[in-house]
Amino acid sequence: MAKSHKPVVWFPFAAGGTVIAFCMPVIVLLTLLAALGHAPAGLDYQNMHVFARSGLGKLIIFGVVALSLWSSAHRLRCTCYDFGLRADTLAATVLYAAAIFGSIAAAVFLARI
Amino acid sequence: MTPLKERLVQLEVLRYNPDTDTEAHFQRYEVVCQEEWVVLDALNKVKADIDPTLNYRWSCHMAVCGSCGMMINGEPKLSCHAFLRDYEGVIRVEPLAHFPVERDLVTAPDDFMEKLKRVKPYMIPKEKKPISEGEYKQTPAQLMKFRQYSMCINCMLCYAACPQYGLTPSFIGPAALTLAHRYNQDSRDGGRAERQEVVATHEGVWECTFVGACSEVCPAQVDPASALQQMKITSSLDWIVEHLIPGGKP
Repeated sequence: MAKSHKPVVWFPFAAGGTVIAFCMPVIVLLTLLAALGHAPAGLDYQNMHVFARSGLGKLIIFGVVALSLWSSAHRLRCTCYDFGLRADTLAATVLYAAAIFGSIAAAVFLARI
Repeated sequence: MTPLKERLVQLEVLRYNPDTDTEAHFQRYEVVCQEEWVVLDALNKVKADIDPTLNYRWSCHMAVCGSCGMMINGEPKLSCHAFLRDYEGVIRVEPLAHFPVERDLVTAPDDFMEKLKRVKPYMIPKEKKPISEGEYKQTPAQLMKFRQYSMCINCMLCYAACPQYGLTPSFIGPAALTLAHRYNQDSRDGGRAERQEVVATHEGVWECTFVGACSEVCPAQVDPASALQQMKITSSLDWIVEHLIPGGKP
């Protein structure tokens, strides 16, 4: 039996899972604090805007968004499978397409800043 | 000495006789047990006093042999390790899920046995040396890398718990893959490339979606889910070397 090519989708999934675990709770917390007007000094809108305008900032934000989307898409695909949805190709196509669309949208919005 | 407390236990056991039954059915037994007993003791009492036709496997009665695996109230358990004091009301006993039933609580383990053979769960020495050169030595640190995974007792509870194995019976499954990992991690072993031919296929580690139920039900505290995730990482690194590095061989 031939070896699987699943690492192509699994590696970004694993990387995205790590990014989600480390970054997402902090991002959610900071977003909530910012929404309530209590963003810590240095992480206020102006500073974050400057960060998002720099090349490195854009790359980091894109990496976090794209990997998190890919990881979530793959996780959902696996969850569909676990729940017995036997249309794996359809689930994979829809979910990965959504992740790719989201990643392209992130890139476009980042380029506009 | 305080006398042991007695309790009337109700068991609902799935019965199936291939010679007379077209399908399995539940049979209710009421049996007086000691509060300290395990479900296996209750089954033994039923067989001894009430119904000698009841069939099930067991041997050691101490969670070592791995032969008394059953579904107890829907959960895969060793019946010698399922204490009556942890259950209330009627205790439902069924054969291990995901395996064909031979008779009553006896299942056919052939599929697991065949898969176990495929992953070569034995030492394939890195370098063969004559006995006169002495033993293959190992440091405690090298032993700790695989020791946990060598504790598997082949009870197949992890297969009964794994939803992927239930949905895709061709999946090599938790215990067999974990034993492959046990030998891959052994400093004396050189058989990883051979095992990868099975491990790195779609039916190998890639069928696993990391539900983690295997590790939850394992009575030997092996963590099959961790073994499979570690194998996914090494298989992915192999894939990169094979496909992205010109002339690369893992």
